[in-house]
Amino acid sequence: MNFERLKEKLEILADAAKYDVSCSSSGGTRKNKKGALGDSSVSGICHTYTEDGRCVSLLKILLTNHCIYDCAYCVSRSSNDIKRAGFTVEEVVDLTINFYRRNYIEGLFLSSGIFKNADTTMERLVRVAKKLRLEENFNGYIHLKSIPGASDELMQEAALYADRLSINLEIPTESGLKLLAPEKNRQDMLSPMKYIQNGIAQYKDEKKIFRKVPKFAPAGQSTQMIVGATNENDLQIIKVADHFYKNFSLKRVYYSGYVPVLEDKRLPSLTTAVPMLRENRLYQSDWLMRFYGFKAEEILDPNMPYLDLEVDPKLSWALRHLHQFPVNLQTADYQMILRIPGIGVKTAQKIVQARRFQILNMDHLKKLGAAVNRAKYFIDFNAGNAYLRYLTDKNFRNLLVGGSSSKFHNQFSQQLSLF
Amino acid sequence: MITLLYDGSFDGLLTAVFEVFEYRYKDVEIVSNGRFHQENIFAEIHEVITQSDKAERVLKKLEQNIEKSGIHELLKVYLSEDSELEQLILSAIRQSIQHPDKNILQNYADTDILKISKICKSVSRERHRMTAFVRFEKMQDGVFFAKIDPDFDVLPLIRKHFKDRYQDQKWMIYDLRRNYGILYDLENCEFFYPEEKLDLHKYQQKFHDEEQNYQTLWQRYFTKTNIVERKNLKLHVQHVPKRYWKYLTEKW
Repeated sequence: MNFERLKEKLEILADAAKYDVSCSSSGGTRKNKKGALGDSSVSGICHTYTEDGRCVSLLKILLTNHCIYDCAYCVSRSSNDIKRAGFTVEEVVDLTINFYRRNYIEGLFLSSGIFKNADTTMERLVRVAKKLRLEENFNGYIHLKSIPGASDELMQEAALYADRLSINLEIPTESGLKLLAPEKNRQDMLSPMKYIQNGIAQYKDEKKIFRKVPKFAPAGQSTQMIVGATNENDLQIIKVADHFYKNFSLKRVYYSGYVPVLEDKRLPSLTTAVPMLRENRLYQSDWLMRFYGFKAEEILDPNMPYLDLEVDPKLSWALRHLHQFPVNLQTADYQMILRIPGIGVKTAQKIVQARRFQILNMDHLKKLGAAVNRAKYFIDFNAGNAYLRYLTDKNFRNLLVGGSSSKFHNQFSQQLSLF
Repeated sequence: MITLLYDGSFDGLLTAVFEVFEYRYKDVEIVSNGRFHQENIFAEIHEVITQSDKAERVLKKLEQNIEKSGIHELLKVYLSEDSELEQLILSAIRQSIQHPDKNILQNYADTDILKISKICKSVSRERHRMTAFVRFEKMQDGVFFAKIDPDFDVLPLIRKHFKDRYQDQKWMIYDLRRNYGILYDLENCEFFYPEEKLDLHKYQQKFHDEEQNYQTLWQRYFTKTNIVERKNLKLHVQHVPKRYWKYLTEKW
């Protein structure tokens, strides 16, 4: 193997793949077979973090950055004058195995520019996964990016060898997609997704009857959307995510704040800041929907289509629903405790367990890990709570905003500071 | 005040706990041999001789009350090497004997239990990080070797993870601070205790021919997968504390 050439390819194809957000190696379990290599577990492991703070758990690369499409937001677009490269199937397999053996990674995330057509590209991706599983006896994590428009037969094969499959929605709205990626259409993205969804459902049914059924995309499907490249609002984004969670049983929806890398009159200018805070708020909303029992409609409504950048979405909800507070920590049900600003899932669980032993007070709450600076205004204890008098204060919101400072505040302020 | 001296092992500690109940001691402290400095010359010393059947009986009782997972938490407290570990474990066991019908480890409003829960969290975090941050280097003889230096003694907690994962390669993980390790030779996966510290100076010369190439590839990958426009070093350091950097290939 020509090491210098391999290094060059790796640099080009890692660089081109870095805008794909997903890096999780979780959601599926795959046990190691006796004497073979690797396993994966539900929780996954992040092996390191890049300087931008994102986790690295998978070898995330493109098979090639040759692409027949010319999507405005994509660095690999055909009209962009960049170095092109392509891995052979053997090279990807070799890198994956050797990185895995050294405990650098949990597995492979393989995406690709589209060369020739969807099926040729998809076939090559599947061949990598197949070789890893069948020839190398590899049981680590494999995430394949499905190519929009790939045939059902190839999707079927992909799901047999990969743990997770995903198709990027790219742009949250169809009109936005038409504008920035005129050669792509939503339908080509949806039908492979639907096929996999049905396959997973069928797998689950068969699993109930037969003990041994070959795994079928055990870690499910995910997708990602670019945020801030077109002028969609947060309500639209959350609705799209909600739609895909409900109708396509997706495991995850990722949001990728647009990083301006290309000059194009259809896109925000190159000097636009990456919308980090907005992206963060979207992830917080996503968490509310997946773990806190919030419905999409509760987070935003048509009169208020953008997420509050000043306060997190849960606090924002609480401020609009002050009549539901205070919540008594000793008697309220778990679902309502989850809705108290400053109390997360772990703390809520601990509260429900600990209150069986004794009556809780503010001091306990602090020790259990709640963000008391926010939570204290929304909670009633059996012994009463002096902070509750602020709850009806007209300036309550300002009091809260002033009392807590976001760690992102300066770093990712939407407004450029002048000095 | 009675001071119980034990040999520093987990079994020894449980034997000591057993004897606290056996002799109905009220005001006690349990101290390991290694950390014992006699300050109070009037202290009454009780030497504990580790007996596995006594330790076993404590474990059995505990399993009824706080289940296997609870015992696992106490084991983590033991591995934390915390200066209060004996006192905390004794306190938890006493509470558990007093309230056999409840899992007292969930009583987070109790000071000792909360401390235990915090220590467990720290130890678990370190355990998790050690499954992530171990970096194997392939040696000439084909063994994948890794050196670690964790704040807590987590090797016993990560053995199974690596044993399950790497079954078709020989590997070794060595704790520099505590001078012991795990060795897997394709058949057995056992702890080993070298008589002298391993000599790490010569070890880089014994790399397999291909090792340097893969390290370089990994370093290049790490650099290229970063998005410069989103640089956030504060977050980076929060996830990968600097004390681990010296053993991470990508932080060369």
